[in-house]
Amino acid sequence: MSAPFEFIILLGGVLCVLILASFVASTLKKRVGPNDTDPVIENLVARINAWWAMVALLAIAMLFGRAGAVILFWLLSFAAMREFLTLTAKSRADHYALATAFFVVLPVQYYLVWIGWYGLYSIFIPVYAFLFLPIISALRGETENFLTRVSETQWGLMICVFAASHVPALLTLNIPGYEGKSILLIAFLVVVVQGSDVLQYVFGKLFGRHKIAPVLSPSKTWEGFLGGVLSASVLGALLWWMTPFAFWQAFLVSLLVAVMGFFGGLVMSAIKRDKGVKDWGHLIAGHGGFIDRLDSVVFSAPIFFHVVRYFWSTT
Amino acid sequence: MTANSVFANVSASAIVLFARLVTAVRAIWDGVEPVPSKRVYFANHTSNGDFVLIWAVLPPSIRRRTRPVAASDYWLTSKLKTFIGRDVFNAVLIDRNPESREDDPIAQMADALDGGSSLILFPEGTRNIGDDPLLPFKTGLYHLASQRPDVDLVPVWIENLNRVMPKGEILPIPLICTVRFGEALRLEAGEVKDAFLKRSHAALIALKDSGDAA
Repeated sequence: MSAPFEFIILLGGVLCVLILASFVASTLKKRVGPNDTDPVIENLVARINAWWAMVALLAIAMLFGRAGAVILFWLLSFAAMREFLTLTAKSRADHYALATAFFVVLPVQYYLVWIGWYGLYSIFIPVYAFLFLPIISALRGETENFLTRVSETQWGLMICVFAASHVPALLTLNIPGYEGKSILLIAFLVVVVQGSDVLQYVFGKLFGRHKIAPVLSPSKTWEGFLGGVLSASVLGALLWWMTPFAFWQAFLVSLLVAVMGFFGGLVMSAIKRDKGVKDWGHLIAGHGGFIDRLDSVVFSAPIFFHVVRYFWSTT
Repeated sequence: MTANSVFANVSASAIVLFARLVTAVRAIWDGVEPVPSKRVYFANHTSNGDFVLIWAVLPPSIRRRTRPVAASDYWLTSKLKTFIGRDVFNAVLIDRNPESREDDPIAQMADALDGGSSLILFPEGTRNIGDDPLLPFKTGLYHLASQRPDVDLVPVWIENLNRVMPKGEILPIPLICTVRFGEALRLEAGEVKDAFLKRSHAALIALKDSGDAA
């Protein structure tokens, strides 16, 4: 159990932001008055409280290094896939295929990340799960909606397990001069992507006028997108000292993951619309479900992983 | 408290915890509040886990006084089932077979209500494994309502549990379930059996539909 010094500084910074946010929220709440309630402010308070819990959980997991990160994201993948597969097409004939997805594919993927077998964890779900799960479903002989059923299950695995597992997989990268610090890559990714989400929310609430995709997500505006993504990129650049990147590289990488995060939210919104739900779940008060909070991270994590691996890593 | 009852309590908590891990079950109180008044919760029945889910979402103080009504011809067939049915869930065990039974099931349920318990009842009488969302009700709910007309009958719709664990499967798949509690009803003065069964059946279907629309 050891954390690089930079991690402690970052955590201190995040805690300062949370204290400030809680202070602003309670001031806003007082201004509304004790007897009235404003749903936007109630939601804001719930969101900030959930952030305290999420930061605590992430920090504890990261203090335990690779084991902590692998176990945390395994659990997050489990919760996310439970939400995803609740909404997808399935029949009784898929029972074994779905059980295999939960109780074989999910743990094996995280085990492969744990032992750092890049050659297998990067193809295990796209190749092996992709080919074998439909076989299990087909053996039961139910053909109705077959392609829809197997496709939606595979999509759930790709998003909730494969993509999400690329966050702890960052710890398997070998970057010269950065030994023992790779946990900071996770911290950097999470802070930039989630920071971008929060900043998009803040810019959108303050200046949002022009909707980007009114059909998909009425809360996403150009002002929120540009303000949030650019300020998150500046935030990422200012965190260059905890990464293997130079200042300008940190800016570009942050821009990339923030934009991917934005589109992750957009794509997952499209799926929610298609399935007729507003949130993926209910377990994170103020935010919705696990996927509502993770959508941006899962879309940016594999891209971030491969960019860092290609340009900075020796493995 | 005997060792057996301590073990039964621990088992009950473990079963509820497991049900929560698998289903992240959520209660929606859509017409009644979770208050400790004497009630008959009547629900759709698709899985052996049905009353575990209702149980899991009831506040613990109410949970302890809420007994499922279950078939003795199923729950008394092995030692493990007997322990779970009788000791863990404290079920009111009724014999569904009119030829073999010694006790009157309605009297057993009425006794349990008189003893201060609420009941969980599955008026379809058997697990529904077909495509029809809700089978026609057996007459038990009517007879109980006519013997104890002052007890609230609360419709409860359990959503998705049939997908978590379809009949005949052993391994549950983790999927999110909801338990929706609707507005209570009672047997009205002069209401005949068929009209009452139709009305309570429709109340449960309406509850399902309001969940599908939300």
